Amino acid sequence: MSSTRTLLSPAVLARPRGRAVYWTVFTGVVLLFALAFLFPVYWMVTGAMKSPDEVARTPPTLVPEDWHLGGYTDAWDLMELPAHLGNTLVQASGAWLCQLVFCTAAAYALSRLRPAFGGVILGGILATLMVPAQALVVPKYLTVADLGLLNEPLAIWLPAVANAFNLYLLKRFFDQMPRDVLEAAEIDGAGKLRVLWSIVLPMSRPVLGVVSIFALVAVWQDFLWPLMVFSDTGKQPISVALVQLSQNIPLTVLIAAMVIASVPMVALFLVFQRHIIAGISAGSTKG
Amino acid sequence: MQRPGPSPTWTTGHGAAGHGASSGHRTAPAFEVRPEQAPPPAGDRRRRRLADQGRAYAFLLGGLICFALFSWYPAIRAVVIAFQTYTPGADPEWVGTANFTRVVQDPEFAAAWRNTLTFTLLALLIGFAIPFLLALVLNELRHARAFFRIVVYLPVMIPPVVSALLWKWFYDPGAGLANEALRFLHLPTSNWSNGADTALVSLVIVATWATMGGTVLIYLAALQSIPGELYEAAELDGASLLQRVRHVTIPQTRFVILMLMLLQIIATMQVFTEPFVITGGGPENATVTVLYLIYKYAFLYNDFGGACALSVMLLLLLGLFSAGYLRLTRTDGETA
Repeated sequence: MSSTRTLLSPAVLARPRGRAVYWTVFTGVVLLFALAFLFPVYWMVTGAMKSPDEVARTPPTLVPEDWHLGGYTDAWDLMELPAHLGNTLVQASGAWLCQLVFCTAAAYALSRLRPAFGGVILGGILATLMVPAQALVVPKYLTVADLGLLNEPLAIWLPAVANAFNLYLLKRFFDQMPRDVLEAAEIDGAGKLRVLWSIVLPMSRPVLGVVSIFALVAVWQDFLWPLMVFSDTGKQPISVALVQLSQNIPLTVLIAAMVIASVPMVALFLVFQRHIIAGISAGSTKG
Repeated sequence: MQRPGPSPTWTTGHGAAGHGASSGHRTAPAFEVRPEQAPPPAGDRRRRRLADQGRAYAFLLGGLICFALFSWYPAIRAVVIAFQTYTPGADPEWVGTANFTRVVQDPEFAAAWRNTLTFTLLALLIGFAIPFLLALVLNELRHARAFFRIVVYLPVMIPPVVSALLWKWFYDPGAGLANEALRFLHLPTSNWSNGADTALVSLVIVATWATMGGTVLIYLAALQSIPGELYEAAELDGASLLQRVRHVTIPQTRFVILMLMLLQIIATMQVFTEPFVITGGGPENATVTVLYLIYKYAFLYNDFGGACALSVMLLLLLGLFSAGYLRLTRTDGETA
């Protein structure tokens, strides 16, 4: 595979003893990873299929004695999962759309349109990176309450736009676009919106993909903020509903609900894993 | 891999940021004066410039309103309310530093800070050393790389609430998997999240499990950018494996290590989901964190003044780390 030299030289690894050690370590790490990261997931998926009595038994069974799908169907009906999943979907997709529209427009303006005080505005936006988000959660809640947005999806959508990291990512990307292309379009009579729509956005597909994934994952995974702003049980996203309902529900049903809540994110990851992993690896270490 | 010398356009300060914003347009585009047109009269130009500004602000408007309402205003408001008695609907009343003194005298205050700092420290010990070692080993393995990367990142994609509930079930003193594993190894069982001494460590384990995928991947990328010649040269000089780690690997990844350390401090000091879901702050306040206490003040005691006083303290402390982080990424590497 990769031929670059690492801590160990290829020569050491080629020796019989080196090879033996390598394969021992390799097997060990595979087992460790399977045990530490895959097994809990397996345990969760199969745990939901055990009978209530089997799941509470000691010592536990590795494979369910009878496979019940009842846990999953009960979770779906009893915990009103379709409604909560639907809420989460509305919240996440709205946040994604708002972020894409408003952050892209703002980044384009800051990068290309020379607004007066653009530098001050950008400074103000970047300064919010220094403020830990969770520490501001209470005054933010009061502001949302004053605006009458409690229990509304807008309470998730609009604060999601105030994401300095994504906005800066977009601005940086727009900054690096070749000026000639954009100028050529303007000479041909394209307006600013047209340039953004027909030239800048198509060229920005990679960064828009990254921002989209970040936006979706962030909303789907968030807990504290939706816990605060959705007191109305019927409007809660799945993360909040799971915790609220976890007390009075049979264990197998709860576990099934946990699995169902994880499926969309895990599926998203498996489909886009190349991009997600490349994004994480490149994002923070281009030092 | 560090890039010494002047910082690139990635900047944070206000003045410097202004430079960044305008850098794309330092020279006037050549096409502004079209050949067939005479230069427009001054009034026209001013009108055009105004129209340009209007358009620029139209594009900015949505984002600007959101930042103003949900970032800038709450930051100011936190400081203001910290000095007020605040009840939604009623007129706020200035009370000086009464909120601060009341919050500090709360017996939970000391516990919350102690727990938060211990949690952060433990997270640094456990959640920092393990991913680094793991990345070090993974980088040497030449097979099944995709498998390792996907599997280690899998828990990160599981919603935090789900991983908290999952581990709560593992920690169950009766039928929990954690004690089952100890029994299998003939070790004494533990109270895990139910014991006052072990609860905090139990939460750190959950948080580490759930987030370490990202850290491992970032380390892995950093390790892969180390030039192989350095290892070769060190080996020729007779450096042993450990010496190579100490004198090549660690110095070469120093920037990433420091960056991740600051990020982790900032993140773990805001821990909320695990204590809320797994232990509810107990047993005996052993897992009440600062953010949890802020939540309690606001939503259990309806004391928004106290909640904001606590928020301001957390803000000040974390602001220091954030400033350090931004300084680091600005001077030492081009980060996006």
